[in-house]
Amino acid sequence: MARIAFHEVSKYYRGASKPAVDHVSFEVAESSICMLLGTSGSGKTTLLRMVNRLIEPSSGTITIDGHSILEENPIQLRRRIGYVIQQVGLFPHMTIAENVRLTAEIAGWSKDRMERRVDELLTLVGLDPAEYRRRYPRQLSGGQQQRVGLARALASDPAILLMDEPFGALDAITRVHLQDELQRIQREMRKTILFVTHDVEEAFRLGDQIAILSEGRLVQIGSPVDLLLRPADEFVSRLIGSDNIQRQLQYLPVRSAMLAGTEAAGEDERQPRCSSEATLLEALMSLIASGAQALLVYDEQSQAPIGTITLSAINQAITTVRHTETAPTTVSPAH
Amino acid sequence: MLLIQLWQFILDPANTFWDHTLAYLQVCAVSVALATVLGIVIGVAVVRSPLLSFVAVNLSGLMRAIPIIAFLAAALPYLGVGFKPTIVALTLLGIPPILLNTYTGIRSIEPAIIDAARGMGLNTRQILLRIQVPLVLPIVAAGVRTSAVQIVATATLAAIIGAGGYGEYIVNGLYEFKTVQILAGALPVALLAMLVELLMGWLQRALTPAGLRVQETALSEAVRA
Ligand SMILES: Nc1ncnc2c1ncn2[C@@H]1O[C@H](COP(=O)(O)OP(=O)(O)O)[C@@H](O)[C@H]1O
Ligand SMILES: [Mg+2]
Repeated sequence: MARIAFHEVSKYYRGASKPAVDHVSFEVAESSICMLLGTSGSGKTTLLRMVNRLIEPSSGTITIDGHSILEENPIQLRRRIGYVIQQVGLFPHMTIAENVRLTAEIAGWSKDRMERRVDELLTLVGLDPAEYRRRYPRQLSGGQQQRVGLARALASDPAILLMDEPFGALDAITRVHLQDELQRIQREMRKTILFVTHDVEEAFRLGDQIAILSEGRLVQIGSPVDLLLRPADEFVSRLIGSDNIQRQLQYLPVRSAMLAGTEAAGEDERQPRCSSEATLLEALMSLIASGAQALLVYDEQSQAPIGTITLSAINQAITTVRHTETAPTTVSPAH
Repeated sequence: MLLIQLWQFILDPANTFWDHTLAYLQVCAVSVALATVLGIVIGVAVVRSPLLSFVAVNLSGLMRAIPIIAFLAAALPYLGVGFKPTIVALTLLGIPPILLNTYTGIRSIEPAIIDAARGMGLNTRQILLRIQVPLVLPIVAAGVRTSAVQIVATATLAAIIGAGGYGEYIVNGLYEFKTVQILAGALPVALLAMLVELLMGWLQRALTPAGLRVQETALSEAVRA
């Protein structure tokens, strides 16, 4: 249970000429991951930290399940929101177990319950409790430290998780590894996650929704496919790389390139098939692997054949996307 | 035999060695205690203000550069002679290392650590007691160690301004060319300084959390390899 809503939220830092966050309104659906994407200085961190009141908004309201967070005690609020940051910030004088259980300890859990929780969480984030409980943060690699950071944030089972470029300091391989782990954990835990990143690939991989910020303003919010197919303007289009063929293949669904009618593929039982929700990349690989001219597309839900997909249709789709100038109407940003 | 003479000197009630020892220890203990309290209090007080910390840090650096004798001599006209001015002089001498270490200790805590703690919902007191104090304490202890050794070694000079203690033996011994008397003052001071150094070193290590020691170990092993 945790839907986050921003309503006309602004933040003016003292002495700054421009607002760091400028009348931002949007909602994060319960149990979804919303990525805050933008260049450095676009206000992502400021927006994130207003949710757990590490920063107070200058105006506007933020609500969780309809209740304004400004009416809640900040300490209480933070205890029900997980917080993960790029530099991790593990406590170097405490063991891994002590780091993870600190909030539970303060909340007065019994020793047994705490120890069980620590083991459970370390296992969840892929660290063997027997090996890591007693270690100190400095005896861990960057990737392992961030796993502990995640475990610590999940300790009191918060419904909301705030993550500020959590994998930004990791090498590319470790980063992808942890992104996969986060997705696995999210399938189990169904948290409402607000995740700051400046990495477009990361935003696409993890986001149910991507909110694009520029100079403190929300430029566009939508699913990865929405953004690829209907970027609000030139800025969004350039930022997300609308003309990046690999990204299009990886994220656009077959549905967006499918040809109507099933004649071209024939209704043969043995005709290679693919789901309307498969990615273009999957369709492409299927086409090449089977040597077929076309794949029969079936509807994900009804399993009924609804169209065909061919190499030239895929080509046509991504070329169209690449040459679409800014779409006239899109998911409307706040301004 | 010099050692026997020294022993006889110490045991001779006329020389009131134990009174001298007591006076010496008292001067040192009071000065170290005052310097510790003041050094920590000032260090904590200035840490939030860039201007105040600039002034405090540079003043401390300057004070450490002043030779100890010059310090006592310069203080004499203002502080006069006796127990209290000695304490004042030694305390002033002992403050800088403690102040500097308190300040750098607090500053050296990664901001991300405090940010994470606040984000987790720890209140100010919990952050202070569970995070800041354990991380800063070993560094402050290192400052106290430096101060204490300095104070113990310098307190002999306090005799010049009439605070008694072992310094009296040394000053009188030099005046009367009596080696035994000089040694009766100098040896205990040397021993005491070493004892304090050992004791404070042990305390410092005891106050360093295991989690902070692991890196040092790894580093020194790397250096040895
Ligand atoms: N504590 C602060 N005081 C003044 N200005 C700040 C502060 N924190 C951030 N800013 C400014 O606000 C803007 C947004 O910063 P931030 O939210 O950190 O952006 P991002 O996380 O997207 O890089 C930047 O121009 C930054 O310089
Ligand atoms: Mg940031």
